[in-house]
Amino acid sequence: MAVELYLDLLSQPCRSVLIFAKINNIPHEVRNISLMDGEQYGDHFGKISLIRKVPALRDGDFCLTESPAILLYLAQKFQTPEHWYPADLQQRARIDEYLSWQHCAIRLHGSKVFWLKLMIPEVLHVEVPKEKMEAAVEELNGSLKLLEEKFLQDRPFIAGGHISLADLVAIVEVMQPLAAGLDVFGGRPKLNAWRDRVQAAIGKELFDEVHQNILGSQERVKVMDGSKLEFSKAKILNFFM
Amino acid sequence: MELYLDLHSQPCRSVFLLAKAIGIPFEFKLVELSAGQQYSEEFGKINFMRKVPVMKDGSFVLTESVAILKYMLQKHSSSLADHWYPADLQQRARVNEYLSWQHMNLRAHGSKVFLLKALFPVIMGSEVPKEKMDAAVQDLNQSLQMLEDKFLQNKPFIVGDKISVADLVAIVEIIQPVATGLDVFEGREKLTAWRERVKKALGEKLFAEAHEVIMKVGSLPQQMQNNSNLDMLKPKFQKLFS
Repeated sequence: MAVELYLDLLSQPCRSVLIFAKINNIPHEVRNISLMDGEQYGDHFGKISLIRKVPALRDGDFCLTESPAILLYLAQKFQTPEHWYPADLQQRARIDEYLSWQHCAIRLHGSKVFWLKLMIPEVLHVEVPKEKMEAAVEELNGSLKLLEEKFLQDRPFIAGGHISLADLVAIVEVMQPLAAGLDVFGGRPKLNAWRDRVQAAIGKELFDEVHQNILGSQERVKVMDGSKLEFSKAKILNFFM
Repeated sequence: MELYLDLHSQPCRSVFLLAKAIGIPFEFKLVELSAGQQYSEEFGKINFMRKVPVMKDGSFVLTESVAILKYMLQKHSSSLADHWYPADLQQRARVNEYLSWQHMNLRAHGSKVFLLKALFPVIMGSEVPKEKMDAAVQDLNQSLQMLEDKFLQNKPFIVGDKISVADLVAIVEIIQPVATGLDVFEGREKLTAWRERVKKALGEKLFAEAHEVIMKVGSLPQQMQNNSNLDMLKPKFQKLFS
């Protein structure tokens, strides 16, 4: 029986879940939830998740949120290749360490840059003060530096010789500020090389397919209906500004 | 095993509580945050990110409490009761779901209220602006509501009938704002009942031991005021108040 995946590919954690499902041939059905149209606030999705965030998974009666939990669930249930979440205690710990750290680091900082640089000015039509933008980029730079110096170091991937859940979760987050026009890979040869390895391990075609929507953001905002996101405006501004 | 801890820090408390509750021997290495010991050269060699908790198991150094907790649980799984980190797929997923959600929710919001109440005045030299405080408390209330409505529902503990590492991680975060005098349990019967069950499952004495220093947080501003490192610490702490 296929699991249902409630996704919007504009969202980073939705991308890691979809890539993982596809690359491991996990039987799944995608249920699109358009965040821009506020579909996460609909009655139907409310029954799947009270938290009203994507991604969400439904497997029979069982509903699950939070991408790290979903990824681990899928890995365990479908007995995916070991390298995704190795049995070796220390390698596994390195992945857990990354999955924990990234919430308030790369994920937060990359999201912030995406919203401050693109969505808030272009869709919400609110001016972002220069110092705020610079501070956000500086924070992101700090996180990218830690990704390189602490989590990668001289290893091909975060946990060692093979791609794991940590790299998957990392790469989708790094792509977000890139989609807003920030050159995150420029001047970062180590990060660049890692990105190439991750893409190769995932398969360029799948990687590009999953990132198509987000990478079209700069073009899309030009033609986007200005009333979109009005319902979330206060919340968004409160959080990012 | 060495654990580098300051029990003022919530994630240090969850690591401390689990290690003690499941009987893992460890050496307690104090890193006094209010004295800026995390910025010492010595600690920098252990963890250049300068945060606690840190675990050192032989030559293996690990940061991030959630990772440390899982490492301890998995390393000792054969001698542990299953309920701490159940092997069952769906129960384990519930634990992982909570451990993931809490970072940017209960942890973030509880920390913010704590930092504003306990540290803002001594670091910034003025009282916290009312709207800032109100907004922080509102966010915390929302997280607590979600804990009750989605994670607990009608269950005794987050996963079900027995305590798991998720409840441990939750309780230490809630005590943080409580220690500053904000009684988040008032008017929340479900949460209060859950707290009592968690304390009982851990042991009242152990729970009190882990929370001894944070409950004395009222004296923290004075301690910091008297500390010669305060000027060095001020800019670092200021970033926390944004």
